[in-house]
Amino acid sequence: MSDHILIRMGDGERISMSPDEVKEDLLAGTQDAAEMGEIPPLTSDECEHLYEIFADPNRIVSVSPGEEVITTDDGASGIMVVDQPDGGTALPMGYFNAVLAFERICCADTAGMGHYDYSCKPIKSIINYEKQRYYMYSQATTIPLIYGTQPNLGLYFQPDGPFPNAAELIPQGKIEEARRAQEMAAEALTEDLVFCAKELYDVGCDGFNFDTSGSAGDADFCATLKAVAELKKIAPDMALEVGMASEFVLGLHGEIEYNGKRLAGMFPHEQVKIAEEAGADIFGPAINVSATESTPWNLARAVTFVKETVAVANIPVHPNVGMGVCGVPMVEVPPIDSVTRSSKALVQIGKADGL
Amino acid sequence: MATAHIMASGMCGIRTAGDLVAWMQLTRQMKIDAAKQYVAEKLKIDVADLCNEDVMQNVRKKLDIGNICAAADGVKGITAKSRIADLLDISINSVNLFKSKLNAPLN
Repeated sequence: MSDHILIRMGDGERISMSPDEVKEDLLAGTQDAAEMGEIPPLTSDECEHLYEIFADPNRIVSVSPGEEVITTDDGASGIMVVDQPDGGTALPMGYFNAVLAFERICCADTAGMGHYDYSCKPIKSIINYEKQRYYMYSQATTIPLIYGTQPNLGLYFQPDGPFPNAAELIPQGKIEEARRAQEMAAEALTEDLVFCAKELYDVGCDGFNFDTSGSAGDADFCATLKAVAELKKIAPDMALEVGMASEFVLGLHGEIEYNGKRLAGMFPHEQVKIAEEAGADIFGPAINVSATESTPWNLARAVTFVKETVAVANIPVHPNVGMGVCGVPMVEVPPIDSVTRSSKALVQIGKADGL
Repeated sequence: MATAHIMASGMCGIRTAGDLVAWMQLTRQMKIDAAKQYVAEKLKIDVADLCNEDVMQNVRKKLDIGNICAAADGVKGITAKSRIADLLDISINSVNLFKSKLNAPLN
């Protein structure tokens, strides 16, 4: 074993660490997650396993035969056709061909698709076009086709939307006004999410992904949960995936509850239970990455949260493993060595049902 | 990056039995081990062979449920999904819609 291990920082920079330094960071990372989430840290055997994944001299690592899991995504096929701000490659091809290439060239287990904007609010006004696209794509795909969108409550506040801007009201000390604005905006968001998903269900939609739920805090997450519950009643044959925006539900409102449970402050192992109550079929935790800490620190932290989330979940758990979450560095082109280490660790130690 | 995850940890879709196991997670909320066991029983193969291309290509050809190497007369898309729904005994929304249109009376 080499006395120095090449690893990455959370911002993607490649550095060299001694085995002891890697082990120290693994321990510090899992302890940080354990303290924040009030959950068990990784065992010493699990830390050793994680160390071996980092110490593997190969650039790319993988799970062993028989350990493979299912992949779902946030419209990853679209990366072929979109450009830099979305991490895309701008190939001169259409989205339809990208989805088929994702199925037949990339060999994904499922394919995500969505509107280029990806937020729910702008989709509502063009839903007929999206229905046509989904119907056409679903006639040609064999793997499950999942339509994804971001709830993105932020678009419902002025100047982008009709409701007073909570982020402006809070610094002015207008807490109650900010809460009322968030409640009204969340109600409108739930209505729009249900509308878009039900319209797609009517053209045969097999799966709907609420991607980056809770990005605008507890009201955003609550709107998503209410939409999930309603859709379970009116669109029972459509799988609902709830993917989170971060590891911690921000309390921008602070008092919003779902089924009597306060949403602000929930960590992934609590988020998955409330998502289950609402009727979600798949849950995607998103564990934050610190750009100034090492990937051993970040991944140990992510695996600790994911392991506990999987342990308490009754539904499949697919950790989000895009740029800047669950141990993947926060950088425009995430290095393959880090991506595959994250992949392997979350499956082998976190026991994820998918990614 | 998505491809890196697929290669490192994914079941690899229609190259093996990835889509079949995915359908069980979507339609029955099955955790990964239960979903694999269910599909393996339906295919009458060992769980260990679900990601074995050598076995799964023959299984997919024999069942005609869509193959990565596309035969001109092999099924794809909604036809493959219809056969998969029957094979796995699951309800697939897009398939139900397709069949309802296909079998709707002309008058």
